[in-house]
Amino acid sequence: MESTFIVNNVAQNYRERLVLIGCIALGIALCVAYSGLADVPRILEGGPALWHLLGEMTPPDPSNWRSWLGPLMDTIAMSVAGTFLAVCLSLPLGFLAAANVSPHPVVYRLARSLLNTLRAVPELIMGILFVAAVGFGALPGVLALGLHSVGMVGKFFAEAVEHCDPKPVEAIRATGANPLKVLVYGVMPQVLPQLADITVYRWEYNFRASTVMGMVGAGGIGFELMASLRLMQYREVSAILLLILVMVTLVDALGSWLRGKCA
Amino acid sequence: MLTLHNISKHYQDHVALHNTTLTFAPGAFNVLLGPSGAGKSTLLRSCNLLAEPSTGYVEADGIGAVRSQSQSRQLRLMTACVFQQHQLILRQSVLTNVLNGRVGARPLWAGLLPTPRADIEDALRCLERVGLEDYALTRAGSLSGGQQQRVGIARALMQKPRILLADEPVASLDPTRAEEVLGLLHNICREDGLCAVVSLHQVRFAKRFADRIIALRAGRVVFDGTPEVLTQEALTHIYAPQTETPLCSAIKPQRPTEPPVAFNQTARAS
Repeated sequence: MESTFIVNNVAQNYRERLVLIGCIALGIALCVAYSGLADVPRILEGGPALWHLLGEMTPPDPSNWRSWLGPLMDTIAMSVAGTFLAVCLSLPLGFLAAANVSPHPVVYRLARSLLNTLRAVPELIMGILFVAAVGFGALPGVLALGLHSVGMVGKFFAEAVEHCDPKPVEAIRATGANPLKVLVYGVMPQVLPQLADITVYRWEYNFRASTVMGMVGAGGIGFELMASLRLMQYREVSAILLLILVMVTLVDALGSWLRGKCA
Repeated sequence: MLTLHNISKHYQDHVALHNTTLTFAPGAFNVLLGPSGAGKSTLLRSCNLLAEPSTGYVEADGIGAVRSQSQSRQLRLMTACVFQQHQLILRQSVLTNVLNGRVGARPLWAGLLPTPRADIEDALRCLERVGLEDYALTRAGSLSGGQQQRVGIARALMQKPRILLADEPVASLDPTRAEEVLGLLHNICREDGLCAVVSLHQVRFAKRFADRIIALRAGRVVFDGTPEVLTQEALTHIYAPQTETPLCSAIKPQRPTEPPVAFNQTARAS
């Protein structure tokens, strides 16, 4: 009796899983067909055009490199300042959005909703808005990167805080510490490595993102890239793309070294 | 002197502690005995209001009846805690963990300044008393369980408390380590004249170290006296299985009344 029941249960389990996997596969197949990824002839037709474009891009022409150094500095400064802004806003928001330290469920909900909203608006859209608000240059880029980053950095901060060990926190509370001291001495020391890790990771991301911020007029190397594209200087475009690739690699290497330090 | 007036703790479905009134005299080593779930932790945590009691209040020398948040922080300032699982911040150094004992007494902005030399020397003295002076700069997480508990005691001493609460401080240690740590705790309380309230599972240790034994059973004090009058008969009563609780029916093997859910569902639920 018992064993038949278990055997049936296992068999039913298997069938349920099969149906689930079938449903997922069907959904993917529909999306592939709908979006045109299944249209192989059309993709193959695009090959020669791409080949032609690649031909025009080689060899890269870096003769204008002097005029790129300024924008490159803009891009680096933009990513660092944007990340700084993000951390400044994420620290308080992260604590408010962490269920275990948030002062009130309503505050928690509000903070979570704010983070979701910030994450939902892409940084390019924010860039366009801030260019309209404060004019061209690196500043709108910093504001856009910073605010959009808060959405993710704040959420990750909140999650790090939620996962900290409550026992040492209680021990700090037992010494007669007020709630703010409990945060600073009980929670912060535990989550600091994760916060540093998230921050450096976000800086790497912001550097990559800031290269395209120039496209909407928010300064940096992306601005030069767009200018060359509009003038159809494809050899310059490829040189700038290579420069960005080198910089992104350097920033990522520096980032992982820093993150290794703070683990 | 610390007095609990009519303290009780109710949860939605059960009472962890029935109305209890107790007075702890200065300098006495009080031991709480009783089976798991009898309310020892609740009673201990009520002493410094780490757990908010449902009824009653705590009265302490120099504060009076503790009513407000700031009064309960004042109470915690003079009441140090030693926990079963030491509750250290494992990635910080032993020294930093000991210094954390003074967080409550220091203003928040003091954290921005370098730690005063006097505080460090105090912390080192506390570590010396628990025999860990050579480990000040070691990461707390790399110490053994017994050593971590000693750091917990040093942190409590750093608070310069008048009362020391210890919730099963030796429950996670082997018998030899347990005796060492408890003996250390006892000596320190004697030397400093601290009032100690310590919950224990070992009757042997209770009889050896306690000035006064308080035994709990199902949320009520069922024994309160010196170790000499704690008879075998009293002990049998304290630790006797509780037939009226639903725990026993839960242990009895039962056929499931409804068909078990699919395995993947149980896995998700757990």
